[in-house]
Amino acid sequence: MDPSYYIVLSAALFTIGAVGVLIRRNAIVVFMCIELMLNAANLALITFSRMNGSLDGQIMAFFVMVVAAAEVVIGLAIIMSIFRTRRSASVDDANLLKY
Amino acid sequence: MTFKLPAIDYLALAPMLVLFGAACAGVLVDALVPREWRYHVQVPLSLVALLASGGFVVALANRKEHVVTAGSAVVIDGPGLFLQGSIVVLGIVALFLVAERRLEPGGAFVAQAAVVAGSEADRKQMRKPGVTEVYPMMLFALAGMMLFCSANDLLTMFVALEVFSLPLYLLCALARRRRLLSQEAAVKYFLLGAFASAFFLYGVAMIYGYAGKVDFRGINEAVLGSSNSKTLLLIGLAMLAIGLLFKVAAVPFHVWTPDVYQGAPTPITAFMAACTKVAAFGGLLRVLYVAFERSSWDFRPTLGVIAAATMIVGAVLAVTQTDIKRLLAYSSVANAGYLLTGTLSMNRDGLKYTMFYLVAYGFTVLAAFAIVMLVRDSDGEATHLARWAGLGRRSPVFASLFTFLMLAFAGIPLTSGFTAKFGVFAAAVGGNMTWLVIIGVLSSMILAFPYLRVVVLMWLSVPGDDTPTVSVPGAFTAAALFVGVAMTLVLGVAPNQALELVNDAGAFLR
Repeated sequence: MDPSYYIVLSAALFTIGAVGVLIRRNAIVVFMCIELMLNAANLALITFSRMNGSLDGQIMAFFVMVVAAAEVVIGLAIIMSIFRTRRSASVDDANLLKY
Repeated sequence: MTFKLPAIDYLALAPMLVLFGAACAGVLVDALVPREWRYHVQVPLSLVALLASGGFVVALANRKEHVVTAGSAVVIDGPGLFLQGSIVVLGIVALFLVAERRLEPGGAFVAQAAVVAGSEADRKQMRKPGVTEVYPMMLFALAGMMLFCSANDLLTMFVALEVFSLPLYLLCALARRRRLLSQEAAVKYFLLGAFASAFFLYGVAMIYGYAGKVDFRGINEAVLGSSNSKTLLLIGLAMLAIGLLFKVAAVPFHVWTPDVYQGAPTPITAFMAACTKVAAFGGLLRVLYVAFERSSWDFRPTLGVIAAATMIVGAVLAVTQTDIKRLLAYSSVANAGYLLTGTLSMNRDGLKYTMFYLVAYGFTVLAAFAIVMLVRDSDGEATHLARWAGLGRRSPVFASLFTFLMLAFAGIPLTSGFTAKFGVFAAAVGGNMTWLVIIGVLSSMILAFPYLRVVVLMWLSVPGDDTPTVSVPGAFTAAALFVGVAMTLVLGVAPNQALELVNDAGAFLR
């Protein structure tokens, strides 16, 4: 099968993630959309690795997974702390800082 | 199948390894040492680690031997060492601000971040000493920044980007007062930062698809000889640029800057304004000058428009601000535009003066935030500009120092701001970017207005009943303030030595 389909799939996933970040209101869902974007990048890396015939892309995907895991820890900690104060994870409610 | 381990030049990596090691030790100190002792262990530990790291940077710079090491993941060259050195020096000054505990009982950081803001327990911990995890986190961030400036491939760069960003997200959330603002700043910074780094990563994937490699030299060769579609390269470069321009706070990726600068604890704001700027521009310089030099015809017009927009938008919005921290944030946006102007000249001078500008701006902004930390009333720092009216009569010394710093930001001669701006503009003219320089000069004129408005407000108004006092700084803040102001003056009056340093740094190693 032509590996370039996977590139199209990865672009579609990345776009869904990016649009989700922009339109969703819940911080957790926004964060999930970011993870979707990272995984789309992983898929692209692995497909290109196959197309280029080098292993670098697959190794990079592992690094990205580790970084994404670290990001989850930090992200959930921050979202949890603001949720406990405000009783809401909506990004629209956090609106004290402006102008 | 046998694996050959890459040779690692540990001495070349020592400046970063020392910091990572000390940061890990700092985490252990926080776990094992009794609470009341932690501060007294962490601060010297961080300071010694930073000094040792700086010593290694100097030793490596004297060795004058440029190496690519760790399987070509890291490159130690002249500009890389200069940027690492400046990150260490600015980091030490920022550490002084972070370690200050005289201004407020317990320091600028909350005692336990997990306690719900505004609850009974939160009121109880109000006077308890602040968390000491901030020191290892700062060291992790600094080491990540140093790695970011000397990464030799895009993967290392991505990992370094996250290593220095993640601690910064957390540090933003740790303010002792106005915790809701602080947490909100952290959420905004985190979500937008992660969004931008996802773009960066997708850009890496596209470049990998185009070039089949991610190391800068390989990309540079592929730009000349690859048979793959150039669309991949351009998409990749654009997405990479989004990630990097977010970190340098260029328009239209700047929206987080004022909110995060205002919400974060002031020492951390100072740290971000000085050190993150250096790291982000260090990375951007290396990517543009080493990996994509041959596509400069593709990116220069677009990035030029972004630089122009950054200068104009930053300057115009700075005029409308009523909060000193937001004003400095927009000034930092506009300064990112001037730095981009220098970067885009794409010649030796551009590299040289952009690095000089980074250091000059870093010292000035650290000193400015040190003074913001000092102006306080019973409710903490008084950052609203109306409250600063008449401060000159309350405390002529600090008002004079702040006036001097504002003049440096405005680029008046005999301050570092003038030398730095003159340098980047001259480099840009040399690089055929004269139109950007014209916009830059116009935006500097607009930007002088908010700075001078603060000066006029401080000196020509009569202090009211609610004019805050200027606290007497503790030894740490005094030291940071002294270094910042002194360097602003020295780099303005006698910049030769610093210019020689950036000149000796030479060009990036390919």
